[in-house]
Amino acid sequence: MASDEDSDEDFVTYGTPLEPLEEDEPVRKPLPVHEQTVKDEKGRYKRFHGAFTGGFSAGYFNTVGSQEGWTPSTFVSSRQQKAEKPNVRPEDFMDEEDFSEHGIAPREIVTTDDFASGKKDQLKDKARAVSSLAALIPGDTGLLEELIAPARSSIGVELLRKMGWKDGQGVGPRLKRKQCKQNDVYGCAFPPNGSEESEDEDEFAPENVSFAPKDVVPVDFTPKVDSHGLGYRGLNPLQALGGGSETGHINLFTLQSDRTTSLFGDRNSGQQRRGGIGGQAFGVGAMEEEDTDIYHKDSMSNYDNVLGGEEPGDGLYGWTAPQQYTRKKNDSKRDVAYLGRILDGFTLASQVTEIKTVYPPPDLPRDYRPVHYFRPVVDSSTVSPIVAQALQASRGHLSQDAPQQGRHSLDSSQRCDMLGEMPLQGPSSVFELLGSKDRERLNEIRRAATEQNKSVENLSSAVDRAAVVASAKAAALQALSSRFQSIASSETQMALKAWSGPTADASKTFKPFAENPQKQARYDLYITKLKQGNKDALESNLDSSMTEWERGRERDEFVRAALLYKPSNSSLSSRFTRSKHEDDTDSVEVTRDQENDVDDKQAAVKMKMFGKLTRETFEWHPDKLLCKRFNVPDPYPGSSTVGMPKVKRDKYSVFNFLTITDSSQVSRGAPSAPKPPSSSSTLPHLTPEVSNKKSRWDIPGQEPKDPLSAFISETRSEVLAAKNETDSTHATATPEVKVAQSDGKQTEQKTEEEEKEEDEEEVRPPMDLFKAIFASSSDEKSSSSSEDDSEEKEVAPPASDPIQSSAETLNPPVSAQSTPAPDISRLTDLKHLTVQSMPSAETTAQNTQSSHSAPAKLQGLDEEEFGPRLPPPGFIPSACSPQLKKQKKKDKEKHKAKKHKKEKKKKKNKKHKHKGKQKKRVEESNSSSDDTDSNSEDENRVVSTSELLQRSELIF
Amino acid sequence: MAFPQPRPQAPQLPQHLLRTIECQQGAVRAVRFNADGNYVLTCGSDKSLKLWSMSRGTLLKTYTGHGYEVLDVDSSYDNSQLCSCSSDKTVILWDVASGQVTRKLRGHAGKVNCVQFNEEATVMLSGSIDGTVRCWDTRSRRYEPIQILDEAQDGISSLKVSEHELLIGSVDGRVRRYDLRMGQLHVDFIGSPITCVCFSRDGQCTLSSSLDSTVRLLDKSSGEMLGEYSGHVNKGYKLDCCLSDKDTHVLSCSEDGHVYFWDLVEGSLTLKLPVGKAVVQSLSFHPTEPRLLTSMEGHVQVWGAEPEDNCTYLQEEK
Repeated sequence: MASDEDSDEDFVTYGTPLEPLEEDEPVRKPLPVHEQTVKDEKGRYKRFHGAFTGGFSAGYFNTVGSQEGWTPSTFVSSRQQKAEKPNVRPEDFMDEEDFSEHGIAPREIVTTDDFASGKKDQLKDKARAVSSLAALIPGDTGLLEELIAPARSSIGVELLRKMGWKDGQGVGPRLKRKQCKQNDVYGCAFPPNGSEESEDEDEFAPENVSFAPKDVVPVDFTPKVDSHGLGYRGLNPLQALGGGSETGHINLFTLQSDRTTSLFGDRNSGQQRRGGIGGQAFGVGAMEEEDTDIYHKDSMSNYDNVLGGEEPGDGLYGWTAPQQYTRKKNDSKRDVAYLGRILDGFTLASQVTEIKTVYPPPDLPRDYRPVHYFRPVVDSSTVSPIVAQALQASRGHLSQDAPQQGRHSLDSSQRCDMLGEMPLQGPSSVFELLGSKDRERLNEIRRAATEQNKSVENLSSAVDRAAVVASAKAAALQALSSRFQSIASSETQMALKAWSGPTADASKTFKPFAENPQKQARYDLYITKLKQGNKDALESNLDSSMTEWERGRERDEFVRAALLYKPSNSSLSSRFTRSKHEDDTDSVEVTRDQENDVDDKQAAVKMKMFGKLTRETFEWHPDKLLCKRFNVPDPYPGSSTVGMPKVKRDKYSVFNFLTITDSSQVSRGAPSAPKPPSSSSTLPHLTPEVSNKKSRWDIPGQEPKDPLSAFISETRSEVLAAKNETDSTHATATPEVKVAQSDGKQTEQKTEEEEKEEDEEEVRPPMDLFKAIFASSSDEKSSSSSEDDSEEKEVAPPASDPIQSSAETLNPPVSAQSTPAPDISRLTDLKHLTVQSMPSAETTAQNTQSSHSAPAKLQGLDEEEFGPRLPPPGFIPSACSPQLKKQKKKDKEKHKAKKHKKEKKKKKNKKHKHKGKQKKRVEESNSSSDDTDSNSEDENRVVSTSELLQRSELIF
Repeated sequence: MAFPQPRPQAPQLPQHLLRTIECQQGAVRAVRFNADGNYVLTCGSDKSLKLWSMSRGTLLKTYTGHGYEVLDVDSSYDNSQLCSCSSDKTVILWDVASGQVTRKLRGHAGKVNCVQFNEEATVMLSGSIDGTVRCWDTRSRRYEPIQILDEAQDGISSLKVSEHELLIGSVDGRVRRYDLRMGQLHVDFIGSPITCVCFSRDGQCTLSSSLDSTVRLLDKSSGEMLGEYSGHVNKGYKLDCCLSDKDTHVLSCSEDGHVYFWDLVEGSLTLKLPVGKAVVQSLSFHPTEPRLLTSMEGHVQVWGAEPEDNCTYLQEEK
């Protein structure tokens, strides 16, 4: 029990304790929310009325009534007691807890004015200040009231007076002078000057007279509530707007005591405040007398003249006393004179801060020159070893080998040894981080260097040295000049760049010094070092036994030779940049959907069955901007493709550049033309090209079953076979053949090189492009291939009349003859045409273009344009029979005809025919069109000019 | 008790020569009405483009700036701009009033055969011998085409633009119709090189003339042939064809110096208008009235349904 009581005493408890749980009792259910009640401190139920009222409870259960009902409190239901007239205040209708909210001050005991100390009411002061500013005559009203205010002193003052206190005296028992001094010692520190003054007075004082204690102004610790700087008091509108007539200098930092004086200072000084608006900006009115004050005058007294400390020792010992304590008569004068005003609550520093001592810079020696002179440092590798040796002997200044030198020359491991430190873990040098190859190279360099040194040492006999010393200076000079000789170094850099590339191949390099094997060997070594990326390959390589002049010359020679005979690869590569896209991918973008076979359509057109047979529909993506400009919604909003959807196909193929005319006739003529089975087996690389190679000039769906293509591929294979077997006369003509010969390998394994060469030939853009650009006649080129034609002419049968054939399809016999008849010599020709000389093949193909394919596809040899022509400016109808016009028609589908090599046979005939007709023809060359008719036939030209003359006669 | 329908007036054909304009700009490669049919534009082979008043036949303005013969011209709907194309591979956008070159667009690899504004003159479409149609933006200052239509396998000879369709005739014997709204390309195989294509005025049919001396009217949606018109000569030259103002007749130039009129439905030759001795290269039909322009060699002829005096009277009345 006792322990319990102790514990009770010990602990302090807060809040209401939980009821002790008893095990017997069933667990009480928690109250549901709606049953929970809130009561105020008086036990009354509180009701919350919505969020906005914040639980404001009004009256009795939110009514105006009371527990007894709605009875006014003023009602008295008795005859004796009459209801008094109540003095009703709003507080009577309010709850107590709401008083503070509505600004009704709580009732509390307040000292009345009678008992209050003499301290003035702050609120009243403030109000007076404001009203004085706002008044018409600022400050007047307040001052008047203050002056006339009734003399009222508080109870305390009256009591004091009754006790014998007089104004100006301090409070307390009267004391003698000595006690005062004692006070000085033990009490608060009095200002020493003040005490001196009192001492001065003391001397006049009689012995047994006691004095009242001095009046003490209580220390006023006013809390600082604003966030301004110390002593800041804001701009006084009186001074600022009133012209600042007093000083012209607004000082925001004035003392508390000064403020009051400045408030009333204007009046006291007798200066009249100017009414109305005035200031620097407004000049002087006519009525005003003084005009001296227009411009702002700043007197020097506003500024501090002297920087410096102040007197130490105010005797306050760190306590920041108010002004009254610290101000001394002498000091105050000095304060004003030197420092201006001191901030409220601040005093002058008592001790002067120490001046930092500045040490003068060291005296320079008289012969000191502030420019550093570099001695010519001679590199042992650049100079001949003898010179280097001599230099080292004479000056001891060779940079390279000085193992005995000071700590700067030591490396970290050496220093580590000297200091006895443990070596660090990990790779000790960069050397270890290098690859084995690089390390090898470095070793080699190092070895070369040491060998040189050795040779130098061997040479170092006294005789040699003496001879060499003379040349040492010259060498040093040369070394110096070579420092600034950038040209030579740039050349070596170029050589280095050219050779250090991975492409450089040593075995193929040119040997410029073949007649001098030693020199060549040195040069080779130099080249190999260059290739390794060795920068000073040149120096390390030269013969040490040569004279300096020889060495210099050889150096130049080597560099020049290296630049001249640098590998061709690098010279080429220096001109070209690497392509961004992979060139190796043998594919090209081709539209996904290809048009169907032309044969069917042609047949349909023949039968005038337009519609489904001739109509094809593809997906096509217009550009977004185009849709926008056409005010049409994008049909494929999500897609990013533009135009026809593309797919990748093989790039390099003959068939990209061969085009066919309507091969319907041919295929019809030789429908069973067998695709040689050997083509796929012998030329594996060809088959994919044949099968899926397309260009946009191609007519789709042709290749696989095109007998022509089969024919070509067959001829190819046979040509290659022929090349292997027999000595070919075309060996020199085509590099391909050459390779085939030299290799003597199976054609099935065509080397990469071969393919590449082929590709290079094939990459040419289609001829049409050239023509479109250079709009010149193609006949020159076609004539170049006339030799081939002449060969074939023998084989070719006499062709049918082109006009006649134009109207109908090709007759079977012609096509039958055109079916493959593998004559080797001719086939090689064909091969030559197809692969090597593509342009000529094209043009011949164009010229052989079928006049039999479609009636409209007739062509004139002299035409350079495509598509339907424009009529001549002046036209002679009599001269143009329909037949002739056909011939004049342009060759509009040249590129389509390219596959029809067979039809070349016909070509010659046709050509002749044309020649014949051209005589009759009216040749129109427009005045504007610059037909530089470079026709090979002279007579044609003659005819054309004569016709021109004739026509001009007709016109005019 | 319905009133009988007024008998439709027989369509009048422009068979009376109203006037001949000597253009004096070399051969007239193309003659075109402007959008409302009050003015005539002629493309000369002397690199100039001329604007004429149709009613008086006077020269209003000459536009020079092309480097080679001008091949085609089109005027914008508001007559404020012209676009022309030339053998110098350029397309030029002109300001009509000032005659200045607003934009000169290079990009084609060959001579540009045909050019056309779209409906709002926001895009110029030019078809070239290089087999591409380029869509040039007139709104932006971009000098690259918006899109290049390179589906044609040969040179483009003719192109027309409707509200949302491009009709392109190519020398590869196909008429291609690009439907922007549907995002589809319809290819109609004709077989013979196309010289001229045009839409019918109702927009349901396409007309295409080809070098096999045939003009074909195809149904736009299905590609079926509705009519075939022949009799004229068109074997070598790029000649124009068109439909009359009310879609009643099909017109085509001919190399024998005539303009052929066929009845659209019957396909029979209605009129063989003798224009001259040389090739009638270009023609243009007035958008609303029965009036026809033909160009032959260096001059342009204006044809009307009524003889000259009547016509002038009408014009004075206006």
